[in-house]
Amino acid sequence: MALLQIAEPGESTAPHEHRLAIGIDLGTTNSLVATVRSGMAVVLNDELGRPLLPSVVHYDADGHVEVGHEAQAGQSVDPRNTVVSVKRFMGRGLKDIAHIEAMPYDFVEGEGQVRLRTAQGVKSPVEISADILKTLRLRAEAALSGQITGAVITVPAYFDDAQRQATKDAARLAGLNVLRLLNEPTAAAIAYGLDNAAEGIYAVYDLGGGTFDISILKLTKGVFQVLATGGDSALGGDDFDHRIFCWAIEEAKLAPVSPQDGRLLQMRAREAKEYLTYHSVAPITIKLGSGEYVDLKLTTEQFNEITRTLVQKTLQPTRKALRDAGLAPAEVKGVVMVGGATRMPQIQHAVAAYFGQEPLNNLDPDKVVALGAATQANLLAGNRAAGDDWLLLDVIPLSLGMETMGGLTEKVIPRNSTIPVARAQEFTTFKDGQTAMALHVVQGERELVSDCRSLARFELRGIPPMVAGAARIRVTFQVDADGLLSVTAREQTTGHEAKIEVKPSYGLSDDEIAAMLKDSYSHASDDAFRRALREAQVEAQRLIEAVQSALREDAPLLSPAERAHVDGCLAKLQAVMMGDDRRAIDAAMDALGKGTAEFAARRMNASVQKALSGKKIGDLEA
Amino acid sequence: MASVESSFAGRDHFALLGLPRAYAVDRNELERLYRDLQAHVHPDKHAHKGDADRRVAMQWATQVNEAYQTLRDPLRRARYLLHLAGHDAAIETNTAMPAEFLMEQMELREAVADAHAAADTAHLDDLHGRLRQEMAAQHEELRRAIDETHDYARAADVVRQLMFQEKLVSDIDAALEAAET
Repeated sequence: MALLQIAEPGESTAPHEHRLAIGIDLGTTNSLVATVRSGMAVVLNDELGRPLLPSVVHYDADGHVEVGHEAQAGQSVDPRNTVVSVKRFMGRGLKDIAHIEAMPYDFVEGEGQVRLRTAQGVKSPVEISADILKTLRLRAEAALSGQITGAVITVPAYFDDAQRQATKDAARLAGLNVLRLLNEPTAAAIAYGLDNAAEGIYAVYDLGGGTFDISILKLTKGVFQVLATGGDSALGGDDFDHRIFCWAIEEAKLAPVSPQDGRLLQMRAREAKEYLTYHSVAPITIKLGSGEYVDLKLTTEQFNEITRTLVQKTLQPTRKALRDAGLAPAEVKGVVMVGGATRMPQIQHAVAAYFGQEPLNNLDPDKVVALGAATQANLLAGNRAAGDDWLLLDVIPLSLGMETMGGLTEKVIPRNSTIPVARAQEFTTFKDGQTAMALHVVQGERELVSDCRSLARFELRGIPPMVAGAARIRVTFQVDADGLLSVTAREQTTGHEAKIEVKPSYGLSDDEIAAMLKDSYSHASDDAFRRALREAQVEAQRLIEAVQSALREDAPLLSPAERAHVDGCLAKLQAVMMGDDRRAIDAAMDALGKGTAEFAARRMNASVQKALSGKKIGDLEA
Repeated sequence: MASVESSFAGRDHFALLGLPRAYAVDRNELERLYRDLQAHVHPDKHAHKGDADRRVAMQWATQVNEAYQTLRDPLRRARYLLHLAGHDAAIETNTAMPAEFLMEQMELREAVADAHAAADTAHLDDLHGRLRQEMAAQHEELRRAIDETHDYARAADVVRQLMFQEKLVSDIDAALEAAET
């Protein structure tokens, strides 16, 4: 293991050091990884020069895991153990998944999230996605020859809390430090906006393999402000393939089809869809397992007809998002098209007709999300160059609320609230002498809890017995910059507190993730233990640098006693960080973090004062 | 509805953004101050730092968002000003409204229900416009009561009427949405 370098105390540590940060577009059909090199965002290709990694994972009986082109090529040979479009299963239960009858998998209904039984045992969508992310991480490490500081992973803007949490868990499992979850249309807007110095109202229409997003943004002087977002997290190019698939089965009177024939027909359906982008008739020819041939011709008119309702399904959320933003279609200056599925002519026409203008197609719809993510990752890692001073203000796509009596939803944070956001609401008891309260957190727009997605249930106990309606339970929702929720409940009269970090019932628990990570350490397949240790050391080093630099700048904000305490925490961390006890490193980092909390608060306060002084100095001291 | 804190680091929403405490707000100035402040405190600007700094950044950005959302919406701004002046209790408990106002609102409500049932989007749009016009006049009344005459009791009356009207506007929006799908 290479030795880490440490600068002399008080000396700045390589101020121009470039931290390696990557952006990953974890797509339904294809995934990509990009980075910023010499100020330019570039997609990192594989060793054969291919930018796209098909999001296909094959688990064979010998214990090999194939990800990408090889897995894709072999999918009709071993469909049961070859997982495609796993993104559709993220944070989802069996009942949530459409067209399940056409899928060749052996599903296992796990607790919350669905799981798949493969030749290598039962796999959760989080683990399968982690295999894709790991392939991309290794690609990036090889291309950049170094340790990756952190990654920005993109998610559909319309992903709910469970789907976001599942994505973040997958990244952790793949050994990635997640700097931020970034909404895909927002990533595209960054790439487009920075390239074109765009100002004004823009819409991003993002139709991927399995998800649809529409985001309305206001671009002003380097600020990307999302005004509203909407979409459908189960609508994408796959559904267009499925319409062709169903059409072909009906035309050729093929029911029932074997899993192998089914997978083959799905591949031909996708090819036909892509062919129709540039031709008016697509041939569909398949040799079935029985030796029979299917020979069909699909025309553009037929294709338009069988997919008309799907196109309409994208316009409904588009109208809603514009209404939420308080805008008319004519007020939109440009419509940025993202996602491979936007290549379909009927999509181009429908969008042009709705907005009354030709959509913008001057970016590669497959790459733009990854490029935007890389740009954001570079900024978050602290590699700031001149002119890089832009800011992103995003929103949550769905309202967050609590269940109240009668199974009704009380919204606490409305959809399209700018994040981070926190809101508190008071609730009370229903019965005399009630000492506990069952709190149920839900996400969605509907009035009935049963029509919304259940995120978490927890109990507040120890409420002093009072008459019904007398207790004051204050429930606070906090959504962070990743769009992830945490909830606190507190009884106001006694201050009795129960707190949980909401872990959606469709995700994996922290314990499960820890167990999986531990499992991979014990197998030591890619020296995961050393890797984790090294990551902790790098993290510790970064924290020490940050604190030292803060002390150099703002030491006068601390009293001598406070300074001594911080110095003590620093020395402790420096003493343990080169050892191999990861727990000790974590504990010392935690102590340093706690020891500098008040210092951080004072620093921010002082820096805001400084930034605003000269503008309205009198108001600040109000 | 409740904000998490009505003040932060000793500052109310106006002071936080650097605006004078008044109902009349220069919308462009508000937008500019909001963007400037977020550019400083947003978690993205502190992502490469330690836990303590990131937590502080999230608290600040959350509070700046709350201040901005409160002040950009005229009705929320008015309610917040009444709260700062110690007049919020009247809004929650006092439900008395002038008979004339109530009659007019009932008529409007019926008209909305009829138009909804008939899926008459043109009529719904029309009602929407009419209501918006009435509300604009109410907001002018609010400005006078808060900024000029400091008549908070009067302002609280107008706020209650506006809350009533906003509910009706959102009903019209829901009806329009339903008619389109």
